[in-house]
Amino acid sequence: MAWIPPAIGDLALVGDCRSAALIDRGGDVVWLCWPRFDSEALFAALVDDERRGHFRLRPQGEWRVERRYLPDTNVLQTRFLREGAEVVLTDVMTVAGESDQRRMPIPEHELLRRVECASGEAAIELSLVLAPSFGLRPVRVHSHPRLGLCCEASEGAFLFRGEAPLSEVPGSPGAFGARFTLRAGEVRRFSLGYSAEAPAVLSPLGGAADDAIRRTVGWWRAWAGRCVYRGPYRDAVIRSALALKLLCYAPSGAIVAAASCSLPERVGGEMNWDYRYCWLRDAAFTCRVLYGLGYQEEAESFIHWLLHITSLSQPRLRVLFDPFGQPSPEERELEGAQGYRGSRPVRLGNGAARQLQMDLHGELVDAVYAHCRRGGELDRDTESLLATIGDFVMRCWELPDQGIWELRGPPRPYTHSRVLCWTALDRLIELQRLHHFRRVKLDVGALARARAAIRESVETQGYDARSGSYVDVLGGSEPDAALLLLPWYAFEPAGSPRVRGTFRRMVEQLSAPGGVFFRNAGLRALGDGGFVACGFWAAELLADGGGPLPLARAWFERLLRCCNDVGLMSEELDPVYGEAIGNFPQAYSHVGLISTALALEARARQERDRPAPATVAEEAAP
Amino acid sequence: MNVGSWMLWGFVATVVLTVALVASQELRLTRVNIPYLLGSIFTPERSRAKALGTLLHLVNGWLFSLLYVAAFQAWGKAGILRGMVVGLVHATFVLLAGLPALPGIHPRMAHDSWGPTARKQLEPPGALGMHYGAFTPVTVLVAHLLFGAILGAFYRVR
Repeated sequence: MAWIPPAIGDLALVGDCRSAALIDRGGDVVWLCWPRFDSEALFAALVDDERRGHFRLRPQGEWRVERRYLPDTNVLQTRFLREGAEVVLTDVMTVAGESDQRRMPIPEHELLRRVECASGEAAIELSLVLAPSFGLRPVRVHSHPRLGLCCEASEGAFLFRGEAPLSEVPGSPGAFGARFTLRAGEVRRFSLGYSAEAPAVLSPLGGAADDAIRRTVGWWRAWAGRCVYRGPYRDAVIRSALALKLLCYAPSGAIVAAASCSLPERVGGEMNWDYRYCWLRDAAFTCRVLYGLGYQEEAESFIHWLLHITSLSQPRLRVLFDPFGQPSPEERELEGAQGYRGSRPVRLGNGAARQLQMDLHGELVDAVYAHCRRGGELDRDTESLLATIGDFVMRCWELPDQGIWELRGPPRPYTHSRVLCWTALDRLIELQRLHHFRRVKLDVGALARARAAIRESVETQGYDARSGSYVDVLGGSEPDAALLLLPWYAFEPAGSPRVRGTFRRMVEQLSAPGGVFFRNAGLRALGDGGFVACGFWAAELLADGGGPLPLARAWFERLLRCCNDVGLMSEELDPVYGEAIGNFPQAYSHVGLISTALALEARARQERDRPAPATVAEEAAP
Repeated sequence: MNVGSWMLWGFVATVVLTVALVASQELRLTRVNIPYLLGSIFTPERSRAKALGTLLHLVNGWLFSLLYVAAFQAWGKAGILRGMVVGLVHATFVLLAGLPALPGIHPRMAHDSWGPTARKQLEPPGALGMHYGAFTPVTVLVAHLLFGAILGAFYRVR
């Protein structure tokens, strides 16, 4: 039977804060990159076919499937159900705390799969296709009766051990299969590990594997327990926080935009990008939500990483980096790949890295500002860096750029970029006012003059009086969903007539199914889907004073339906069917969810303390 | 015996041997990480094991260079070729006796015959260290030939 990649919304993620695997509802691991998120894939069946590598473990035949993460963890449990029989598959990438690492050797990376027959009887099918380096190089696998399989590749060794005998598929190097029967109470465990160096740590399976799962559950629960959010949307917020943590590269503190590459923004189309990198743009949002949830350590680690990488390229900022802060590799196409359901080309690396995007400066300075507001301090180098960024923005804010949506046409004077230039200068002035600059002297007068000039430019040329809304480019007339963020950056209050007008126009012209928005008219015409984060920006705008609290809540709750059965969200929703499309899971979407939940909570607190007058945006509501 | 010459060139040869093994790991010729292999005898914690193992490996190399020096003293002269001959013997010993004996000595190393257990989870080296990569014997051999060549070239017999 021909291979059809699973629906994007049917994917779930497991990871170890360095790398991640995507697993479909049928118990098939269809995407896995080791040792890092952006490494060459061992399993890439998601963007091609089974020969690009996968690891299927499931009962044969037709089964009803229910999935969940064990509460407050990233341990995935898939239950296969049918009359009189139940099979439970537990998937986890093992992690260990420092005390465990002192007690026993811990694998560099390990995907542990435990299949148990809870009742009845089931014939289990296992299919393993090892395809290191996207399957582009010959595979060498050695089999040892006691130690398991060892696949040597340029990036290291992949080691497989299991509690069922495997047989090699004739004529398919790297492909193995097994069939076995499980009766009620019987369990089989399978471990796939990665090691760059020898001796590798081999899983002993059996009770030790169960201990590793328990240890991982405990680690995730301890992490989730640090979350201070106690509002009504705790489950969704914790799930989003856990998803963000999965996308965080622990050794540096960087957060990648998504775990996948080249999942299409239009199925069958060409808008397929590699998102396994860290976008500077996500900085301000991510910092604020990490601080808002009480993850001070992660926020500070992220800020320090941002400042470190920024210092390497300042005053011009790079758009994206690899998880270690190095420039991302040149964009290339994966040769011979069919793409996700025919969405070609499959791109590796991201060409947006070379773009000029003027909004990045505002994002960075706003993130540093959030850090300082939470008690953080600036050292001399950071003060110098920020001052240099301020000078650069004052000199260059009028430059046309590629904007937040990274459009690959000629540069244009995007309104959103100008607003973020304003944000950069505004936060610098505020940091100076709050005495965070101690060693470097800012020319506040010059900053204030430039800030006023940018505001005037945005308010006169970035606003269209006829439509009563802000517009995509200076002197333009089209709406742009990024402008929903104007109140978020405190450029203008959410309840102001201009923001209300902008919001109303978004609803009229850019609304997409599911409460989300198309990014702009041009992309909509190209078949682009509704951008999930934009939906949350709208809900947050309402929560921030742009509308009544019940409306904001209703909008937010509608958006929660963008989550799949395990609470994960993609980048976009299909414009017709509302299905998840684009890379998965998308950090930006989850950051949007958390940010909005925090805003709703703040608004509810505010209204409890001081009941709010009836507000504005009933008229703007769809 | 020329103690000063031994100490100096024994140390230099050990450093070069270590660098050669690290380079072969970086070049993906082998996965073997000797410092981790040695250090994990004493601690399971990876970073600590590597630090400790690096120290052990340097001391080990220094001590092993005494055998080379003893051979040169017995011959009455050193030389690159003589050093390489001792290096060949040394590498052969490591590959045929040292590495295969490790699972019996190392408290955390699994055995080829039984596989990993809860206490012994580290991958054993296998025949000629081939579990750690097909080129492991070659890199071990080349590194030891280099070790011997340096000692042979620079050690001054007294």
